[in-house]
Amino acid sequence: MPYVFLEDMATADIAFEAKGKNLEELFIAAAQATTNVMVRDLRQIKAKERREILIEDDEIDMLLFNFLQEIIFYKDAEQLIFSRYDVKIRKEGPHFKLKAEFYGERLDMMKHDLIVDVKAVTLHQFEVKKTDAGWEAIVILDI
Amino acid sequence: MPIPKGVERISDTIWEIPSSFKENMKVPARIFATEKIMLDMDQGVFEQVTNVATLPGIINHVYCMPDAHQGYGFPIGGVAAMDAGTGVISPGGIGFDINCGMRLVLTNLTFDDVKPHLKELVDLLFQRVPAGVGSKGFLKISKEQFREVIAKGARWCVNEGYGWREDLERTEENGCIEGADPSKVSERAIDRGYNQIGTLGSGNHYLEIQVAKPEHIFDQGLAHAFGITIPNQVVIMFHCGSRGFGHQVATDYLQIFLRVMEKKYGIKILDRELACAPFNSPEGQDYFAAMKGGINMSYANRQVILHRIREVFERVFNQSAEKLGMNMVYDVAHNTAKLERYDINGRTRELIVHRKGATRALGPGMEGLPEIYKGTGQPVIIGGSMETGSYLLAGVESGIQSFFSTAHGSGRTMSRTKARKMFEGRRLLKEMEERGIYVRTSSLSGLAEEAGPAYKDIDDVIEATGKAGLSKKVVRFVPIGNIKG
Repeated sequence: MPYVFLEDMATADIAFEAKGKNLEELFIAAAQATTNVMVRDLRQIKAKERREILIEDDEIDMLLFNFLQEIIFYKDAEQLIFSRYDVKIRKEGPHFKLKAEFYGERLDMMKHDLIVDVKAVTLHQFEVKKTDAGWEAIVILDI
Repeated sequence: MPIPKGVERISDTIWEIPSSFKENMKVPARIFATEKIMLDMDQGVFEQVTNVATLPGIINHVYCMPDAHQGYGFPIGGVAAMDAGTGVISPGGIGFDINCGMRLVLTNLTFDDVKPHLKELVDLLFQRVPAGVGSKGFLKISKEQFREVIAKGARWCVNEGYGWREDLERTEENGCIEGADPSKVSERAIDRGYNQIGTLGSGNHYLEIQVAKPEHIFDQGLAHAFGITIPNQVVIMFHCGSRGFGHQVATDYLQIFLRVMEKKYGIKILDRELACAPFNSPEGQDYFAAMKGGINMSYANRQVILHRIREVFERVFNQSAEKLGMNMVYDVAHNTAKLERYDINGRTRELIVHRKGATRALGPGMEGLPEIYKGTGQPVIIGGSMETGSYLLAGVESGIQSFFSTAHGSGRTMSRTKARKMFEGRRLLKEMEERGIYVRTSSLSGLAEEAGPAYKDIDDVIEATGKAGLSKKVVRFVPIGNIKG
């Protein structure tokens, strides 16, 4: 899996590390990790609904921060949870522009093995960095 | 684990980290704990509590309660009071779950009365009080009505028939904090919250049926004054907050503050989760007014849940909630910032007191207490882990040493990721049932994360708050039924 949950980094919250060969892969991995905190098996989520996301930011880490918040937003506002994320990121001058399509369906306690709710993405030790192999991020989610 | 170098023990239960510990600390930090608790203290706490001490306008000390553990920015169990004129307000000092709190409700039933109906009660409560990921409440209100809820809190609910007048008197701030301004909250926050009134949420949020055994009454007089009068009396305790609405308000202002903090106000911080703005600035005041909306949403949430609980008991026992004596003891929050007045070096000053995972605990006679509790001090409701027990405490005069704040729970010691690996939800459910605790949960993995050993020993924590003079032990409750979010 392109992400791992970290045992000793956060006590009451959940920390994960995500990796990708490029920014798109990193963002998809982080999105899956965030969803996987809430739903045990992502394969249980059918791609019945589609939502389009547009975000821009000068900072790559804030771009990821805002991107992950979209997942939390749809979970509360429309009870939607996603299993597929198509992400495109391009740089225009100082701006990162992200366009994404989320595919998923309404939460259903009988159908999805739900775990815990994510309240927020925190900026505590939040980090996006370029490595030799691509990109890595550390994220702590408030539970 | 060793207590870090530089931490000084100044009494049995007070540990001080002097301001020389870290550059830019404006005040020392104080941790209230017994030696036993201190030796097991989450190391992140020392780092975080001293980071908080660098914030502008901080008064006296940063305080840490015995249930403290590492959080984001501030530690959980942290208390920081800033001068309202020269200090800052920080969402990280309040938490994403604004006004997360505890409500305690009495019954005149005993364990023997409830035992034959326990499963029916818990099953029906589980059905009627939605819990878990993305749950929706039964109240179908428009976004416009939700804005009224933000402005009026539990008062809105009681006016709509969800509760008793008396409930408001027994809620901190009478269930409605003045100054909440719906125009200061984003559309996204409204979208996330308006269908969630009356829902528990998940994580460590729960609703419990508990028993006050005679051997667990530590102060007969205070217990009586708080309504615990019958041997083996059954009570209901629940823990939840302002749901997606509060989380979004905090997230929105965290970003607003990050944009202006250094550029506009020249404030440098050690962790982005300490993002803040001068309390006396447009951004600071906007956040204060929006955050109060979160406070009101949370009172409304707990009020509607109480209404549902009363309905369930009425149905199961075929008697009115009034006849069943289902009066509230109190509703108190542990994730807030409030303007309070204190005498600092002979001068009365207005302070913005941040409590994150710390409960306000007013001593007897203080302003802000309802008439019925003027003589006793404030009831303080502390939720333990679902396997062990919970407490009712009372505020005391010596609470002045922590701006009248005490613990809020057991305090976690084990990460969720680790607990999920160590415990198995289905087995835990069965073991708890064998021990007389009937549990319904929206998630077995979520249940495993809340296993008793993932928390500090609640009895140790409460003993520490008593010894330190932050609050007084009144009653311990044991769980018999639990709805886990």
